[in-house]
Amino acid sequence: MNNLQPVSQRQSVASIVGVSKVYTLGGHQVKALNNVSVEFQQGDFVAIMGSSGSGKSTLLNVLGCLDRPTTGHYFLAGQDVAAMDDETLSRVRGRYLGFIFQSYNLIQQLSVVENIEVPLSYQRPPLPGGRERCLKLAELVGLSGRLGHRPTELSGGQQQRVAIARALVNNPHVILADEPTGNLDTATSHDIMNLLDALNRAGRTIVMVTHENDIAERARRIIRLRDGRIESVSETRPLLPVGIGSSASGVAGATTE
Amino acid sequence: MNLFQQLRLGFRSLMLHKLRSALAVLGILIGVTAVIWLVAMGEGVSYQAQQQIKDLGATSIIVRSIKPAEESSRDVGSRFGISYGLLRDDYERIISNVPTVTRAVPMREISREVRHREHFIDGQVIGCTPDYFGMNRLKIARGRPISQVDMQGYSNVVVLAWEAAAKLFPIEDPLGRAVQLGTEFYVVVGIAAERTAAAAIGGSLDARQYDRDVYIPLSTFRARIGDRVFTVRAGATQLETVELTQITAVVEDMAEVDATADIIRALLERYHKNVDYAVVVPKELLEQAETMRAMFNVLLLLIAGISLLVGGIGIMNIMLATVTERTREIGIRRALGATKGEIVQQFLWETVVLSGTGGLLGVLVGFLCGPTVNGIRQLVSTFLPEVWTALPPNIRNLEPRLAPWSIIAAFGISVGVGIIFGIYPARRAANMDPIEALRHE
Repeated sequence: MNNLQPVSQRQSVASIVGVSKVYTLGGHQVKALNNVSVEFQQGDFVAIMGSSGSGKSTLLNVLGCLDRPTTGHYFLAGQDVAAMDDETLSRVRGRYLGFIFQSYNLIQQLSVVENIEVPLSYQRPPLPGGRERCLKLAELVGLSGRLGHRPTELSGGQQQRVAIARALVNNPHVILADEPTGNLDTATSHDIMNLLDALNRAGRTIVMVTHENDIAERARRIIRLRDGRIESVSETRPLLPVGIGSSASGVAGATTE
Repeated sequence: MNLFQQLRLGFRSLMLHKLRSALAVLGILIGVTAVIWLVAMGEGVSYQAQQQIKDLGATSIIVRSIKPAEESSRDVGSRFGISYGLLRDDYERIISNVPTVTRAVPMREISREVRHREHFIDGQVIGCTPDYFGMNRLKIARGRPISQVDMQGYSNVVVLAWEAAAKLFPIEDPLGRAVQLGTEFYVVVGIAAERTAAAAIGGSLDARQYDRDVYIPLSTFRARIGDRVFTVRAGATQLETVELTQITAVVEDMAEVDATADIIRALLERYHKNVDYAVVVPKELLEQAETMRAMFNVLLLLIAGISLLVGGIGIMNIMLATVTERTREIGIRRALGATKGEIVQQFLWETVVLSGTGGLLGVLVGFLCGPTVNGIRQLVSTFLPEVWTALPPNIRNLEPRLAPWSIIAAFGISVGVGIIFGIYPARRAANMDPIEALRHE
């Protein structure tokens, strides 16, 4: 048990407390999230599961600072972002969060390395060593040979690798992945999950929405949502001991600073 | 992102739709070119007018005889016909009574047939003093002008305008030969150099043409032709008595022009019962021309402004389409940390690249104004000579003058148009909900 510390002693990177999100759809009030509280620890790898309409997308939007909760609090990097204005939220997204999407969402007119660079152009103040960082990350995801390629010249798996590199370039506190393997075949999904797994073992905190059980199994914890509430939280693997991320080598060394 | 990166990104985004962007650029290009060309034409025309007025002399005051309306002249007109206009006494009065006038040149002019053997022209016979040539900047190409000796000797000598000489003497050398004016013969002593028309004066709308003039000494004019002129109009002969057609008074300084003109008006008013003269001040014409030029420029700018407006609407149209198409990109950028302001900036830069490119190309095409006008001139004069000769000389001789301010203004306005018409699409892009934008297919 000595490799497992009590959760409370770990550093919390993100936590939502009593968050509800109410939409008005055709005159009806729909509670997409109903009093949800979750805490994400440093080095956590959480899969959020649930049928469609369970609120998993809304939860990810709230966690991604793309949507504000109707009530409740969201603490990210020690600040309550639930009440922040649009501009501050943009800065928070750019500074503390990394996004990976189901459909990769690369910008078509930009090359691989330029796509990885995009979040850097929105850093205030700018992060030092921009271009070298991008090159290192491209190498990390195995695309050093395709820096000048356009997204349309890459396979789905390669595009998702670019997206992962892009999600890492601002050294985010949390990586949010929305069905990262949803558009990929089994073998490529496996590769991508290996990459995310390696990042997590290097100390990255990852929150992933998926509806595939075998993908969710790769996470450390699985949160199941139903009708806007947390139905269950299960732990598949224990969290790594604190500090292992910074001492890890290889992939980890390139991603944490 | 620095300026260069912004411009580069804008350019690359526009390259996604090359034809569409090119058409938007074309719209602005045409607008900018229109501004530059129209202003250049306007400047050319007004420069021409100003030169013509300056040729009259900015320090001169021109007094011309005008035939009064029929009714008012009836009492003057007895069986000897009507008598009007400037008198030789007026000339003396101006010379002796107006101290600011340093020089005054009298002139008498009638239309007469001028002959040399079988050749003849409807010439303007001008009786003048030797000063007349210098005052009107008439250069003598060959021979000599009218001299003081000719004046004193009442000599039958004549100086021909270039074209008159060419028509009367298609083959021979005119110098030393005689031309016939009425019943008298005059020896050609000089030929005046070619000269462009001067501005219209004395209520006449036509520009003063010099090409059919024949100059004889004023004294000879009086002695041989006299003051009385028969004209045949509608079957009835009419006798007119005019002593002088025009007196040109010159002052030392431009500042004295207005006051001197007033004195001359007052002086003439005292001796003339009817207003049978007009006082024309070229300086005033110059000022009028300046006003005309300003009005002309405003009009041209209005036209050019409309074409730029149309170009701007084209740009807005393109940008709205672009924003809709790139909704997904906007969502991605917002998710990755772009603020609304940064999205606005990105799309504004894109429109500035569009309109700036159009502006730059428009300026380049603007510089082609002179060569293009020359080219058209060449084409028309080569292939349509009869059309060419029918054109008024003002148009034949038009030289467009590029105005530096119009180039700067046109480019500035084009970029301004880009920004103004880019704001709405850019704001629309920025105000999209990032979640919706990311979901956009």
